Amino acid sequence: MSLPYYISPEQFMKDKHKYAREGISRGKSVLAMEFSDGVLFVAENPSATLHKVSEIYDKVAFAGVGKFNEFETLRMHGIRQADVRGYSYSREDVTARGLANSYSQVLGLIFTEQLKPYEVEILVAAVGDDPETNELYHILYDGSVADEHGYVAMGGEAEALGEVLQKNYKDGMTMAAALKVGSKALSEVGGEAVPADNLEVAVLDRKRERRKFRRVSEKEIAELSR
Amino acid sequence: MDSNVPFDQAPAAGIEPTSFSDLVRENRPEALPSVEQSAAAEAPHATTILALRYDEGVVIAGDRRATEGYSIAHRSIEKVFPTDEHSAVAIAGTAGPAIDMTRLFQTELEHYEKIEGEQLTLEGKANKLAQMLRANLPMAMQGLGVIPLFAGYDLGRGLGRIFKYDMVGGRYEQEDFWAVGSGGRDARATIKKRYRPDLPRDEAVKIALEALYDASEEDVGTGGPDVLRSIYPNIAFISREGYRRIGEEEIAALFDALLEERKAAGRVHSRESVPGSHEVNQ
Repeated sequence: MSLPYYISPEQFMKDKHKYAREGISRGKSVLAMEFSDGVLFVAENPSATLHKVSEIYDKVAFAGVGKFNEFETLRMHGIRQADVRGYSYSREDVTARGLANSYSQVLGLIFTEQLKPYEVEILVAAVGDDPETNELYHILYDGSVADEHGYVAMGGEAEALGEVLQKNYKDGMTMAAALKVGSKALSEVGGEAVPADNLEVAVLDRKRERRKFRRVSEKEIAELSR
Repeated sequence: MDSNVPFDQAPAAGIEPTSFSDLVRENRPEALPSVEQSAAAEAPHATTILALRYDEGVVIAGDRRATEGYSIAHRSIEKVFPTDEHSAVAIAGTAGPAIDMTRLFQTELEHYEKIEGEQLTLEGKANKLAQMLRANLPMAMQGLGVIPLFAGYDLGRGLGRIFKYDMVGGRYEQEDFWAVGSGGRDARATIKKRYRPDLPRDEAVKIALEALYDASEEDVGTGGPDVLRSIYPNIAFISREGYRRIGEEEIAALFDALLEERKAAGRVHSRESVPGSHEVNQ
């Protein structure tokens, strides 16, 4: 007969936190910044097809760092949740707060109940009718949520990026200015300039019609950073 | 009612991960149109819709009348709906289920695009609509049939394409133009006389308006332009640049021009003369 192992819950949780954090710190980073017309996302991503930032619903976008398959599962969950709610009720009833809540529940449950926690950090962002009503919810692997303003940095270099952004970020920047601040921060922290074809850039643009999310092409990135 | 979708790490077997209809059927079956909800009695019907190709895409249009038996249920119903950037549906048949089906179809296309990261091909969209019509068969049998026209710009092939359907989900691609609904035959007759391949857009729009006007003159179920209330047919076109609806004022101006043209040709009379009418001998 084998004796069951005893691990104190404190130790077990500590190990899980450590495991998740280490997983996340190995990945590349994503930045989100509010600018005059909405929210801008900048990420270092060598792939043009495997995205870190994507559309969830009309005004809501999603960004994830860490393990791709895990934040991809979360992204799809968000789209399903949003589309079912929007179809059952109305498009206006899909909110970033509701989605952030749902993500927080899911991640919290996975963190406590499953042996291996998700190694992800995600951001649920929504563009409001004016800059004061933008929403940025930063959700960690254990389900904790932070309601952020101005800018958010996630991923391996989050802390260093946060420091650079704190210095350079200003309220009400144009899209080009915000993009410059973002790509400069990534280059500065990474130690070398990130070429335009390694940048993934997307915006939630208040001026667009119903679907506010738009990917920014490589050509446009080059034009904007001139 | 809780509308939360349970979190799936791997979707159940037999569920298409990109299908919005499957997802709703799993989680919110009551939100889907179904036979139980239908009262097959006198539900409003939508009437004449048409689509025709022009040199850079396709024009899609519909009149604005819905009828309930012999009365007018709506004077200004919309029958043309964009389903995504490069496609649109026009509806004929029972208005309620048709509008529901369009909404489900719109969500279906957007859902696929978001999950997969790219749009369905035009062919794929047309087939999806056929499946939805097949699912509607029990309702069609109860007299709540829906007959859509689907038109879009095929980005792969670089041309506008038109698909017509029957009530049970048969899907047929139409080379140049088609019109459906109670005034469909009349509208088709007009288009047939005027149509030629590679029409410029303005001319195609004019033909669409003329066809709807002719249908409204021949068919009680089709509403003509209502100058008094400023209600004009919905006309839109889809090209490589996407879907664009033509403004009410522009259509009003086109309609005025059409009337002038007909008056000049002596084709509009204040009263119809009835040759051979005679007094009844008492």
